[in-house]
Amino acid sequence: MSRAFGISGDVLGRGVAMTYLSIVALIPLAAVLLESVDGGLDTFWSAVTTEQAVASLKITLIASLIVVLVNAVFGTLIAWVLVRDEFPGKNIVNSLIDLPFALPTIVAGLTLLLFYGPDSPVGINLAFTRASIVLALLFVTLPFVVRAVQPVLLELDREMEQAAESLGAGKATVFRRIVLPNLTPAIIAGAGLAFARAVGEFGSLVLITGNIPFKTQAASVFIFSQVESDNPIGAAAVSVVLLLVALVVLLIFGWFSKRALRHEE
Amino acid sequence: MKSKYALRFLALGYLGLLLGIPVALVFINAFQDGIGAAWDAVTTPEAQHAFWLTFIMVVVAVPLNTLFGVLCALAVVRQRFRGRALLNAMVDLPFAVSPVVVGLALLLVYGRRDGWIGPWLSEHGVQIIFSMPGMILATMFVSLPFVVREVIPVLREIGTDQEQAAATLGANGLQTFFRVTLPAIRWGVAYGVVLTTARALGEFGAVSVVSGKLSGGTETATLFVENRFQRFDETGAYAASVVLALLAFATLLAMNLIKPKEARG
Repeated sequence: MSRAFGISGDVLGRGVAMTYLSIVALIPLAAVLLESVDGGLDTFWSAVTTEQAVASLKITLIASLIVVLVNAVFGTLIAWVLVRDEFPGKNIVNSLIDLPFALPTIVAGLTLLLFYGPDSPVGINLAFTRASIVLALLFVTLPFVVRAVQPVLLELDREMEQAAESLGAGKATVFRRIVLPNLTPAIIAGAGLAFARAVGEFGSLVLITGNIPFKTQAASVFIFSQVESDNPIGAAAVSVVLLLVALVVLLIFGWFSKRALRHEE
Repeated sequence: MKSKYALRFLALGYLGLLLGIPVALVFINAFQDGIGAAWDAVTTPEAQHAFWLTFIMVVVAVPLNTLFGVLCALAVVRQRFRGRALLNAMVDLPFAVSPVVVGLALLLVYGRRDGWIGPWLSEHGVQIIFSMPGMILATMFVSLPFVVREVIPVLREIGTDQEQAAATLGANGLQTFFRVTLPAIRWGVAYGVVLTTARALGEFGAVSVVSGKLSGGTETATLFVENRFQRFDETGAYAASVVLALLAFATLLAMNLIKPKEARG
């Protein structure tokens, strides 16, 4: 093993890295954790079980679940078309997949509002409905599954598929029995990232959902409203729940993804 | 054959409805009253100030996160120490945290009234919340993991042979790093920088919480978009969105130019 900067340099390097990480991220997050239980566990519990908090968490979780399912299907489909199909402009389409990562979320919300809002040129007005939450989350999470599946599909050995076809399997059967099992770990991994992103999403929801409590107010927006109305404990408590959900989902999806991978081998 | 066209139609249709058409509509709407009106809208003193603030945040946050990213990746890949796995896991934490929670976290540490160290800093004339330092910290938090995540796989890939050779030939740690390691990881770093910059440019939720949104004061480009839209200055909102969207397209272009080089090493 080589040492990047010699022994003392190494210690200095990782010391700087850990200090930076602590100041920028870990200490502030610890503050959220401590604030949430500042008044004891009872206060924490009553803060996350207010009707409005529960409703917002429910809305976020259900919308995120729908979004993940749609992403799993359409993300895989898009990856498939981008790898196996040829058509003019494919490279441009491929580059545009990352646009939701590059585009500021507030702009994403604004663009959706233009097409799916009250002034929609095609007369579809989803503004201030629950469907608008799903729409915004679909936009911002689009790249995850596509980008997870694409490289696996590229590497996939075509011989297995050809063998199955020569044995008389139809296209659908080949996809279901040969291709899909190979893609499953990647689909799950991408879906997990998409879910974690969806539960925390804020910017794209601000303009299009209207933030109506009990109807279209997502958890992140609820937290924002609690900060604005000077209720840091309520905000921190729901934040902790949201953070736990994201971490647990990432762990579970990561575990499933690894298990599916081992299954393959 | 027919199924091929059906799949292509479905994939492209989904992308068009979710991504293509809405984004195109922002451009159309921004230039509705002519290019002159759009230009005027993004060159008002408030707009210029907003873009200037965003620029400053990028210029401060991106180099700091890049330096951290390289040091952290070196520590995770090239060093053996207790807590290495923990450091590797903690770096990803910002991806699982909602931007609003980031804002709340900074508020709880640096808030002037009842933050952990906010009151003390305030006594000494340092203001973090509702001013630039807080907004920069928020930006650093949300864009923290990108460089680390890009550099770690490259460092693993290149191995340590060349570094060891350099060390055998008498190069010290710093020489080895600047002559051997850095050139080998430069495209990975560059890719991480592009992603960090895009995230920093577009951050909305976290900055929204800590900025206080003072127009002409602490209002960044993304906050400007929200502000203009809510004040029914649609041309202003769309025109500023177009500027941000163009920056997003520039990001995609940079990603496409760098990615092949990164793969080649």
